[in-house]
Amino acid sequence: MELKEKLVASFLAFENKGGLDLDSKTHATRLQAIQNFEKRGFPTKKDEEWKYTSLKSILKKDLGLFPSTDTSIGFKDIKEYILNDIESYTLIFIDGVFNSFLSSTTHDDCDVCVLSSALTRPKYKMIVDNYFNTIAKDNNSLTELNTAFTKEGAFINIPKNTIVQKPIQILNFSTGKESEVMLQPRNLVVVGENSHVQIIERHQNLSKNTTLTNSVTEIFVHKRAIVDFYKIQDDTKDSSMIDSTFVSQKQQSVASVHTYSFGGKMTRNNLEFYHEGEHITSNLNGISILHDKQHVDNHTLVNHKYPNCESHELYKGIYDDKSTGVFNGKVLVQQAAQKTNAFQQNNTILISDGATINAKPQLEIFADDVKCSHGCTIGQLDESALFYMQSRGIPKKEAKALLLFAFGNDVVEKIKIPQLKTRITKLIAKNLGVNLGFEL
Amino acid sequence: MNKFTEDDLKKELETKEYEYGFYTDIEADKFPVGLSEEVVIAISKKKNEPDWMTLWRLEAFKVWKEMKEPDWANVNYEKPDFQGISYYSAPVQKKQLDSLDQVDPELLKTFEKLGISIDEQKRLSNVAVDIVIDSVSVATTFKKTLNEKGIIFMPISEAIQEHPELVKKYLGTIVPTTDNFYAALNSAVFSDGSFCYIPKGVTCPMELSTYFRINEGGTGQFERTLVIADEGSFVSYLEGCTAPARDENQLHAAVVELIALDDAEIKYSTVQNWFPGDAEGKGGVYNFVTKRGLCEKNAKISWTQVETGSAVTWKYPSCILKGDNSVGEFYSIAVTNNFQQADTGTKMIHLGKNTKSTIISKGVSAGHSQNSYRGLVQIGPRATNARNFSQCDSLLMGDLCGAHTFPYIEVKNKTAQIEHEATTSKIGEDQLFYCNQRGINTEKAIALIVNGFSKEVLNKLPMEFAVEAQKLLEISLEGSVG
Repeated sequence: MELKEKLVASFLAFENKGGLDLDSKTHATRLQAIQNFEKRGFPTKKDEEWKYTSLKSILKKDLGLFPSTDTSIGFKDIKEYILNDIESYTLIFIDGVFNSFLSSTTHDDCDVCVLSSALTRPKYKMIVDNYFNTIAKDNNSLTELNTAFTKEGAFINIPKNTIVQKPIQILNFSTGKESEVMLQPRNLVVVGENSHVQIIERHQNLSKNTTLTNSVTEIFVHKRAIVDFYKIQDDTKDSSMIDSTFVSQKQQSVASVHTYSFGGKMTRNNLEFYHEGEHITSNLNGISILHDKQHVDNHTLVNHKYPNCESHELYKGIYDDKSTGVFNGKVLVQQAAQKTNAFQQNNTILISDGATINAKPQLEIFADDVKCSHGCTIGQLDESALFYMQSRGIPKKEAKALLLFAFGNDVVEKIKIPQLKTRITKLIAKNLGVNLGFEL
Repeated sequence: MNKFTEDDLKKELETKEYEYGFYTDIEADKFPVGLSEEVVIAISKKKNEPDWMTLWRLEAFKVWKEMKEPDWANVNYEKPDFQGISYYSAPVQKKQLDSLDQVDPELLKTFEKLGISIDEQKRLSNVAVDIVIDSVSVATTFKKTLNEKGIIFMPISEAIQEHPELVKKYLGTIVPTTDNFYAALNSAVFSDGSFCYIPKGVTCPMELSTYFRINEGGTGQFERTLVIADEGSFVSYLEGCTAPARDENQLHAAVVELIALDDAEIKYSTVQNWFPGDAEGKGGVYNFVTKRGLCEKNAKISWTQVETGSAVTWKYPSCILKGDNSVGEFYSIAVTNNFQQADTGTKMIHLGKNTKSTIISKGVSAGHSQNSYRGLVQIGPRATNARNFSQCDSLLMGDLCGAHTFPYIEVKNKTAQIEHEATTSKIGEDQLFYCNQRGINTEKAIALIVNGFSKEVLNKLPMEFAVEAQKLLEISLEGSVG
């Protein structure tokens, strides 16, 4: 059976057995979503948005939809993936199921808990009804699919005037108890006025089995709130990931999403910002370092609807071996959005002959009093810089790594959690295959 | 003293009729509307074409029937009814003419209104003009000078008769009949166009040029141009267009093929000023053009275009850099006003080693117009040391227009070096103020600033065109104060 049919067929079973409230608004949302998915199916290369990324080989696999959980996972198994040298709230999901034993949640100043309880508890009904699937709806068919199968994920609700002291870590593990699985986590983040929160998200496969993660995150940023969202994608070579993140911003808010793609077989990032007020700042940063036959596709959209807003986008890519990178950055400036400043930069280095980059920086501008620019470069390391370093006794490999490291450093510099910066620096060094001998 | 205010300007612009909006009443030999195999055969017969040409057309027609009209471009328009167009129209007078006296005086008047005095051009500028009115060329000058050098410059219909071996060898090799919807349509029904062949090692002593006009109401114009520059030769080719104002939409689907063999260079310049429709967006020409060039070893093709006309433009002059060390260039200014829509850009396909390409695209939008740049830079796996520089700048006037960029960059070789830059902005108030302060009125100031903005491209035009182009820019933007 094709995966699409399998998904549609198992939808009823999923709703009935999941202990989900069938009278709620979310039930109607889910029903609508599965119908939309059935109508549209999985995207193919014929879709302009999927021109350079094919899901064919992954969708051919016989993916299990309801994996059984390996309960034997302990802290030692996942320790290395958690940022544990700082205090943090952690939400740990194993094969899509929340593990309360390993997690540390809170309901004190703010709610850092799980979506399944938010969906069922009357206390959160208003928030869920108000926010859930409002920005993600009518988007791509994969998001619809996730909406239909929404069950578990992080639920973060920060009330007004709250500065969350500890970063929040969301970790999704798959144990590979079944050979091939598809996971669909769904996160909902609501940040109240004047509040501040930092969130780190990571998906990790603990086995050598195939996984396909179709993750959707909705982030609502209210007036003057500040949100930093870090995505670490350093999964195994058998894992594929489709991540869709939607950010809705109210006036004077600042939202930053950082995407670090090092691992995984195929990664597709859809990152979309929607402005709902004036004086908003949106930051999009990303770095991809790829090897072998890896494929990363970064699709971003910043939708400027109101005047006096800013967006800054910086994506860097280093592609080795037979890896493929895709960058499609769309900036939409609507007619009302006068005085917009929108900047976009995309730099790529191709290291090997087999590597490919497909870039499409796209500006669509309907307002006249704006400053918008994009830059896109593709090149190699400077031979003379390399020679300079070699002539001073730095071996070629290290010299190369140093230059590449410097190339990616602009993006790393934007990380505001020092411990995370160290971790990312190490990951970059590891991916460049050297020990840099220093930490930044 | 009466002050010339912005409102006055606006009024003037709105009421300003298309200058070249006149209609010459010449008896035309016209086909009934509609398109079928019979019509294709009839066109071919009319032209006395050999069998291989008729078959080629029919093949194209067969392909076209299977194709769908593309809708990926960022333009909105009412799809033309392809069965509602007459596919052939030629002035009745078809006899070859040796001198201007033999030309219909009505026709000569038309040229005068357009500002093309053939005598003037003959005497003053060193330009050979192959005037095409409604698809059949009626006057060719400087043929003798060109003949001495061995240069062939003639209507393509004559070339099919006189140089079938050249036409047969190259026609459809760069833009195959199966390429796209409009190219297929053109291949099936093209009535005439220009053919140019520059022999080995010859530098064409003058700018070759063709003026096109759409004359007869309701006739589509399907031009076919084929330029072949043999090894080591050089040619500069100009193409300029103006069309009379008519209410119904007119279709223009041309195909231009350039072939630059080893060490050859072709410079192809276009000034396009088809009727853009009136202030309400009524009427105007649909311009769906396929232009493509092939560069062999060390060859160079340079496209320069100034696009101020047409209601809808859909045009991507491209270069296939097949040979090593070949160079492709694209310089473009697209100005849209009122309800015009332009989706234009280029494709640079790098296949050979050490290939270079430069793209400079300037878009100016005013009124309710939409202006898009759509480009592709593709570096093949074997194109080592390929180099590309692209720059797309957009200037917006008024808050109802739009500027869009869709650059595609596909690189499969690590030694490639690609730079792409794009900016969007409006005319600075301080710049306008500075000019005003020095006694330059707003309208002139805008023309000045736009000319400065487009200078990089205007500079690439041959002298004869640069002046005309500058004037065109001014006319198209009159009164659109940001």
